[in-house]
Amino acid sequence: MTTQSVTQKPGGDGSEPRIGVYVCHCGLNIAQSVNCPQVAATAADADGVVLSKDIPYACSEPGQHQIKQDILDNRLDRVVIASCSPRLHEPTFKQMVQSVGLNPYMMEMANLREQCSWVHMKDVDNATRKAETLVDMAIARVRHLQPLTGDTLPLTKRTLVIGGGIAGIQAALDLADSGYYVTLVEKQPSIGGVMAQLDKTFPTMDCSI
Amino acid sequence: MTDAGRHPRIKLLTLSEVVDVKGYVGNFDVKIIKRAKYVDEAACTSCGECSKVCPVVRPDEFNIGLASRRAIYSPFPQAVPSSYLINIKECLGHNPAVCSKCVDVCDKQCINFHMSDEELVERVGTIIVATGLKPYDPTELDEYGYTRFENVLTSLEFERLVNAGGPSQGELVRPTDRRHPRSVGFVQCVGSRSARKGGSYCSNTCCMNTIKSTLVLKEHYPEMEVKVFYIDIRAFGKGFEELYARSRRLGVQFIRGLPGSVEETAARGLRVAVENSANGNLEFHDLDMLVLAQGMQPAPSTQRLQEMMGLQLTPDGFYLEAHPKLQPVDAATRGVFYAGCAEGPKDIKESVTQASAAAVRAIRLMHRGEITTEPITAEVSADKCTSCGICAQVCPYNAITVDKKSRQPAAVNSAACAGCGTCAAECSFDAITMNHYTDRQIMGQVDAMLQTAPESKILVFACNWCSYAGADYAGVSRLQYPANVHLVRVMCSGRVDEKFVWNGFRKGAPVVLVSGCHIGDCHYIDANHWTEKRINRIRKKMSKMGIRPERLQLEWISAAEGIRFAGKMTEMETIRRTVTGAEIEETIELLRNI
Repeated sequence: MTTQSVTQKPGGDGSEPRIGVYVCHCGLNIAQSVNCPQVAATAADADGVVLSKDIPYACSEPGQHQIKQDILDNRLDRVVIASCSPRLHEPTFKQMVQSVGLNPYMMEMANLREQCSWVHMKDVDNATRKAETLVDMAIARVRHLQPLTGDTLPLTKRTLVIGGGIAGIQAALDLADSGYYVTLVEKQPSIGGVMAQLDKTFPTMDCSI
Repeated sequence: MTDAGRHPRIKLLTLSEVVDVKGYVGNFDVKIIKRAKYVDEAACTSCGECSKVCPVVRPDEFNIGLASRRAIYSPFPQAVPSSYLINIKECLGHNPAVCSKCVDVCDKQCINFHMSDEELVERVGTIIVATGLKPYDPTELDEYGYTRFENVLTSLEFERLVNAGGPSQGELVRPTDRRHPRSVGFVQCVGSRSARKGGSYCSNTCCMNTIKSTLVLKEHYPEMEVKVFYIDIRAFGKGFEELYARSRRLGVQFIRGLPGSVEETAARGLRVAVENSANGNLEFHDLDMLVLAQGMQPAPSTQRLQEMMGLQLTPDGFYLEAHPKLQPVDAATRGVFYAGCAEGPKDIKESVTQASAAAVRAIRLMHRGEITTEPITAEVSADKCTSCGICAQVCPYNAITVDKKSRQPAAVNSAACAGCGTCAAECSFDAITMNHYTDRQIMGQVDAMLQTAPESKILVFACNWCSYAGADYAGVSRLQYPANVHLVRVMCSGRVDEKFVWNGFRKGAPVVLVSGCHIGDCHYIDANHWTEKRINRIRKKMSKMGIRPERLQLEWISAAEGIRFAGKMTEMETIRRTVTGAEIEETIELLRNI
């Protein structure tokens, strides 16, 4: 996809930010307790918001495609995704905005699922009001975001495996067989762990060692 | 096991412990203590002559005390490495006047009493935590008589007795008279699924382990009477139901109910009293031997490693994965993975599966040979910096240097900065910008939240790794709490600047909560110590100014504590209800000029 049509406008240069807001239904996970179209409509009025939509599944292929197209068509320079916890899909949406030329740190998520719809399930009015505020907060934050770039550092291709029971042995062998160096640390004088003490093991009924 | 011992790319360190982990994904520096074995591992041929002459006899740990070993010994016949070692605490000492028998007979001359513990530092890119389990010790469950009656055994002791390499060469004998028992009973869920003693969780493997044992018994001793006392039999895995059916077919009796008491009868037999919940009868069963199917507990080293690496634990004490379904082998700390029972009780097949998964996750991270750092780091504005040195003092990573004498402004080593933001919060001169969590970004969120009806809202600052994750966990568990709670995510509670709190109150917040990882669990070593100090300081100021300090709360909530999170939110709402409109107005007035 082309990145030519997008001009990045970090805050502070005097130009107005161009924000896109997406309120995800997550099927019914969010939509059953939050009035998503209403949240999207409220967000449309906020400063700097160029476009605000509700969307069935933001993380789905069509969902991501639509957001990417909108970024290009509307020259959005930052995006708010109001969906699940950033602990789940932040990497997904970072990659999504990056693929159309935005800096991945110009995206902010509002947690409408784990911290709103799922915890206020029988309270649609208050959950919707809270969702509006959470989106508002995300818009306020995204407005001040700055593009950031990490450093690329050399990495040591060696793994430390702590514990020499069956799990540690298996992990060490898989890594070593794949060409990686492994340091396997075991507290006892021999590897084998509890498994080595067992006689036969289910379901195969063969010996453990 | 032998494959792991001789693999050219595996460096095997036994009798060794990890004592310190520094650095982060891609380049961890790990300090390991390798304890002295007093026998040259490479030279020892395991001939065993030393052991024969050693006069010190001690219980053999591998056989759980059912056999003995010498002070110089090999852990078990198939041990890897197979070399012998000396337990120096048991050894009579290398004083020739006392004993040096082993030295005399070792023709390879591999015994060396001058060996000492070694300290090694290894640089690694990734870490796999496979620390395993501790079998539950049934001593506290005295109703089963484990400490009182010799013929009551744990399942692991039973394993040693039926093992061909065990102390009885695989002959099942009673400890009291060395005779074959004619009847054996198994008690399930010992230390598992109990609210009272042991763990409340299912240990996952004991049902199938017992069924396996019943099959072994029926194979060797078809006439033996075998009984299993259980709550339910969990034979959920592939091929498991088949084994269960075979056990029943062979005449093993499954009695639904756990024994209430066990008493010894005249011939060292055991009388088991049980309420059979299948028929409601109180039954007595006379047995020659009783085996307690012990559950699994987290390995003793779990907490130490957890603190060392800033990992998270479930309330059961096992390691908590980054996501229960989608990242089941990843730790929340990038570059750290879990395998086996360290993450929760599991059988061999599941342990192997998870270990392979962890290996691939580690490879996925390492294969490119480079790693991109998170640009969430601190930056100093040289013009505002007064070289006071506070930032350097609070940085958990020693990533900031300040030369106070020459009044050079502070400098941040961005490769060492992990991004907690404590320096930015503690700087009194606004000279530090925390990228991606700037004052403007965070205050912007607070302002937006409190723009309308602030008196009805609860402002919560939550750290990414523990309390924000705890809030997510409350969501996943569908725990309901008041809908006026609004979270502001920061990487660490150490980032929560005094001015964020004042700003919240100035904008009309009735209550503010700062939440983070428990002390000792901080993802940024000990940054949350500064949070605690700061909150105490703010609360003192509040008292002086005449603002009720209860309106600012501090709570440690771990990633696994969804219930605690929801409970705290309900408590916050209770406090919020005590804050009147007049009180809020007064606070706004008091803070107008700060």
